[in-house]
Amino acid sequence: MHGFIPILKRELAGYFVTPVAYVFIVIFLVLTGVFTFQLGGFFERNQSDLRPFFDFHPWLYLFLIPAISMRLWAEERKSGTIELLMTLPVSRAGAVAGKFAAAWLFAGVALALTFPVWITVNYLGEPDNGAIFTGYIGSFLMAGGFLAVGACVSAATKSQVIAFIIAVVLCFGFLLAGFTPVTDFLSGWAPPALVDTIAGFSFLTRFDSIAKGVIDLRDLIFFASLIALCLFINAAVLEARKA
Amino acid sequence: MQTLIELRALTKWFGTPHAGGILAVDGVSFKVERGEVLGFLGPNGAGKSTTMKMVTGFLPPSSGQALVCGNDVAVNPLDVKRTIGYLPEGAPAYADMTPEAFLNFCAQVRGLTGEAGRKAIARAVERTNIQGVLRQPVETLSKGFKRRVGLAQAILHEPRVLIMDEPTDGLDPNQKHEVRALIRDMAHEGAAGCGRAVVLSTHILEEVEAVCTRVVLIARGRVVADCTPAEFMSKSRYHNAVTLALVPPPGVMVFDELRRIAGVADVEDLGTSSTPDGTQVRCTVLASRGKAIAPEVSHLIKSKGWQVDLMRVEAGRLDDVFRDLTTANQPQPTKAAPAGAA
Ligand SMILES: Nc1ncnc2c1ncn2[C@@H]1O[C@H](COP(=O)(O)OP(=O)(O)OP(=O)(O)O)[C@@H](O)[C@H]1O
Ligand SMILES: [Mg+2]
Repeated sequence: MHGFIPILKRELAGYFVTPVAYVFIVIFLVLTGVFTFQLGGFFERNQSDLRPFFDFHPWLYLFLIPAISMRLWAEERKSGTIELLMTLPVSRAGAVAGKFAAAWLFAGVALALTFPVWITVNYLGEPDNGAIFTGYIGSFLMAGGFLAVGACVSAATKSQVIAFIIAVVLCFGFLLAGFTPVTDFLSGWAPPALVDTIAGFSFLTRFDSIAKGVIDLRDLIFFASLIALCLFINAAVLEARKA
Repeated sequence: MQTLIELRALTKWFGTPHAGGILAVDGVSFKVERGEVLGFLGPNGAGKSTTMKMVTGFLPPSSGQALVCGNDVAVNPLDVKRTIGYLPEGAPAYADMTPEAFLNFCAQVRGLTGEAGRKAIARAVERTNIQGVLRQPVETLSKGFKRRVGLAQAILHEPRVLIMDEPTDGLDPNQKHEVRALIRDMAHEGAAGCGRAVVLSTHILEEVEAVCTRVVLIARGRVVADCTPAEFMSKSRYHNAVTLALVPPPGVMVFDELRRIAGVADVEDLGTSSTPDGTQVRCTVLASRGKAIAPEVSHLIKSKGWQVDLMRVEAGRLDDVFRDLTTANQPQPTKAAPAGAA
């Protein structure tokens, strides 16, 4: 993991020296607000929990997370700085993990900045703060999953646009894997074991249960191993396609 | 002497051999000793950058080895990267960072933190003269300053091996001069007096005369010359040639007289012009390989009493040797192997 800390710091600072961070955070906050309070019927439901808030996270992430991940490696390739980075004494693992960790932390900052929603719900009623906490954990893990998939895609191309589109498509696949219409469609012809496996990759199902306040070790392991696998592939792609 | 860089039959294929692949580097071998400044020359696309990318551990070689301070790049990439300072072609740097932040990052990655880092950065900044632009984002810098930031990054940690791909490309004449002085310094001093090895690629041949102690010329991925700059120049057909401008009496066949001297290979006509004293004839008298003809030429002129406006002995022309060596044996599309006869 040589170079992990300096790369993490550089990347994180990189978000804030350009408008990227501010634009992203503002859009994320505005959209969560709109979704939660307008579309989600936060007030009409008359329940003091954050279900409407969390329910929209997967769909927000679907577009916003690839927007963060697309530049991770594609930009380095395009500008040639990848040659500089990979000839500094950093290990591939350090570079891959450092970039990913910075992006994930940044997503975490954006997520943490939604705290007024939490304050609102506490002001209005007496929510189950434990469930809200696990909701945040689940949302953060899901963001990590999306980011890892996106980072992997970004490593394979010079073009940020391509990295964005492919990441959105892949993430959409991960979201829909457990969606009832999809599983119904699959179970028509695929063997049940395959349907279960595919459904098992669903971010939606796993996030749903965490957001309900149920932390299942298997869900945590799923996200952790998905992230690890993607980062491993990310490093392999870098090695294979350097120039 | 101590070998700091050693290439052993380094080869690089882009794509698969025999299936439309490009053989960019074809069995390149050479050594660079401590204190040497090696000029790495070759026409566009010869494989200079590719070779450097393999030595610095960016690209894996298809076959062969690159050893830096005894470490094989493929085996100990981190150790090698620690000993090398590298300026990639085009001096890439993170566009939205300031040079200050960028150098800080490089220092940290290289383990230069705190006071050591500050000192290293201050020294590199001073040597590359970028004090004035430290707080300006790299993307707004001029090409020359960008390159200097890249240079600062490369020398930051006082590397034992310095590899630079076209370091003076885009610099103004003053900066070229400064960078050349810097390169010479870097080769001689070295941390703890251990000296360094410097490899630089360039298309500016005067640079070779100015800083290099050795020349390696490659063409189409192969080494075609490995020698000192003086030896390199002596391969020129202009080596030991004498360039003359004289005003002979009318009717004298100057060229024929010159050609009659032993050791003269040929005389090149450089044109004539009329002067108040008569018609001035300019020419270059070429010497046969290894012959010094200057004494004979001046003896002839003296004995004939010709008026000499200029007489200069040529050391050789680098670009001429460069052209000869890199275009020799090249398949000529028009006069290619007699396809019909074969
Ligand atoms: N990533 C790549 N994929 C395919 N071919 C490549 C790649 N990089 C370089 N080449 C080819 O390898 C050959 C050598 O290129 P290289 O960049 O090493 O040349 P060079 O000597 O540095 O030239 P220049 O003086 O123009 O910088 C060229 O034919 C080039 O097209
Ligand atoms: Mg080049």
